[in-house]
Amino acid sequence: MRNFFRILTGIAAAAVLSLAATTGAAADPLMINGAGATFPYPLYSKWFYEYSNANPGVRFNYQSIGSGGGIKQITAGTVDFGASDAPMKEKEMAKLPGPILHLPMAMGAVVVVYNLDKVESGLKLTPDLLAGIFLGKITRWNDPRIAERNKTVALPNADIVVAHRSDGSGTTDIFTNYLAAVNTEWRAKVGQGKAVNWPLGIGGKGNEGVSGVVKQTPGAIGYVELAYARQNKMSVAALRNKEGHFVEPTLEATSAAAAAAAKTMPDDYRVSIVDAPGKDSYPIAGLTWLLVYKDQRDEAKGKALVQFLKWAIHDGQKMEAALDYAPLPKSVVEKMDKTLRRINYKGKSLY
Amino acid sequence: MAARSGKISKDLAFEKASAFFASVVLFLAALLFAVLLRESLPALRKFGASFIVSGTWNPVLERFGALPFIYGTLVSSCLALLIAVPLSVGAAIFINEFAPPWLKAPVSLLAELLAAIPSVIYGLWGIFVLVPILRDVFMKPVTRYLGWIPLFKGPVYGPSMLAAGVLLAIMIIPFILSVTREVLATVPQRQKEAVLSLGGTRWEMLRIVIGQHCLPGIFGATVLGLGRALGETMAVTMVIGNRPEIFSSVFQQGYSMAAVIANEFAEADGLQLSSLILIGLLLMLVTLAVNLGAKGMLSKMVARAARGI
Repeated sequence: MRNFFRILTGIAAAAVLSLAATTGAAADPLMINGAGATFPYPLYSKWFYEYSNANPGVRFNYQSIGSGGGIKQITAGTVDFGASDAPMKEKEMAKLPGPILHLPMAMGAVVVVYNLDKVESGLKLTPDLLAGIFLGKITRWNDPRIAERNKTVALPNADIVVAHRSDGSGTTDIFTNYLAAVNTEWRAKVGQGKAVNWPLGIGGKGNEGVSGVVKQTPGAIGYVELAYARQNKMSVAALRNKEGHFVEPTLEATSAAAAAAAKTMPDDYRVSIVDAPGKDSYPIAGLTWLLVYKDQRDEAKGKALVQFLKWAIHDGQKMEAALDYAPLPKSVVEKMDKTLRRINYKGKSLY
Repeated sequence: MAARSGKISKDLAFEKASAFFASVVLFLAALLFAVLLRESLPALRKFGASFIVSGTWNPVLERFGALPFIYGTLVSSCLALLIAVPLSVGAAIFINEFAPPWLKAPVSLLAELLAAIPSVIYGLWGIFVLVPILRDVFMKPVTRYLGWIPLFKGPVYGPSMLAAGVLLAIMIIPFILSVTREVLATVPQRQKEAVLSLGGTRWEMLRIVIGQHCLPGIFGATVLGLGRALGETMAVTMVIGNRPEIFSSVFQQGYSMAAVIANEFAEADGLQLSSLILIGLLLMLVTLAVNLGAKGMLSKMVARAARGI
């Protein structure tokens, strides 16, 4: 019996020792933890890699668990920053222990993709056509309402197969936000959210699920992130924007939407940029934010985080286009510089 | 004397320690159940029993019902069994009884290899290979001629309850196959020889042997496969179409309990999160019920088989 206890205490002691050893080793470079959105993950991991190479004292650990997860973790204080594709709701902000800053880092666009034989990119869709298709009111590709806008295109006499995201996602949030903004029937019947009750269609998990359905199903239409559509060379629709121009989704058209929205950018950056004004603006665009507490509790970590953010909105922006993200417009970067100065440790700015 | 009591106390310590480890399993199961119950309480309070009979799933209005998911889980798993059981039992008989020795090893090795493939790979293969083939070679012709039967009604898009069933079948075949082979191998050689020496054909020999000896084992293998099919997540969600609606046709889309949890859990909060956890609890109860039912049937079959011999 005594032997047994001796073994048990031995195991316990060894466990404590090894725990101490690992925490001791990890304390060496400063580790900054973050969690949240999956959409900007490729960009963030590139940033973290480049920044840690230039500043060996700082390392990042980012878990792309989804925007909702990021908000939960930053609320609980288990990470140093969160990341989200949708701004926090008032209800969520009420649960926070302190004031939080929404810091836009990049922009993305949601692209309408389709699979039509002999029809390349550039099919023209108006907001009402798009809503009509996703509401199940327009069911054939050769519907006169579509043909009227696309006189030069040979539209097939085929069923429209609607594909949408089955997982909760910021992409769906932006897409439904757009449809709710431009179509009253959509707003009343379906609404906006990361997951909604789709009137019809096939659900695919993730961008790869939706594009899988679209690629494999003749006559399918769906929506994916711009970067995903570009990398997979899918046919994309040109959408009619607020000023009546048909705009194909490009990085420039996305930045144009943000530049147009920047004129009225609120101080907390919690803004939707769908259906933005401006003749070159692509209408389904969105920001992605990092969530950082204004009052930092750890001076060294807070300082490192702010220095990184400063780098990200200046040097980091140059890496965005190569990864198919639209960089922030200049006016937003200038405004952000002022916002970053507000991040403080016990009243002292960490900028 | 001292040495002897030392031995006894060591025995006692060992017994207590192993009892402790066994109770950990019980404790974990109880903890799992308790947490699922606690987290699903808000949904349970709000919807009550209507949760399992309602077919609405609307995250925007926060109205939730699980019927389409329960239906999808049960139907896709049953479809999988309908396809997988005859296939695997047939294959097991062939490999064990008829296959020439040089074929046995590679066939059984390949079948067991199927079990080692991660389910997300099955899912991707399902989207890009299985679904288009099923759609063009099977579903479209069938719906053209037999579309008047509600079970085969169009329109055919590809991702469907049937696609999920077929994919699940492929995934559970290795399990049913290898257990069935083990069961067949337990039949005493003498018994087989006895049937043959009485002038029975191979078919009669197999019928008698399987009927008398192997049915409980094959049933057990089926339940093992069913258990896996009920809980399968990634592969199903990639081909089932993820539509929370009940269609009479297996060519239409569906949704399963595990799939909706995997899809919506990460971004859910409030009542939606609670409803998803309630679905998890229901899935646990469904699996438990299936397993208990199977256990009961199995013990009856074993008793009957024992009497037969």
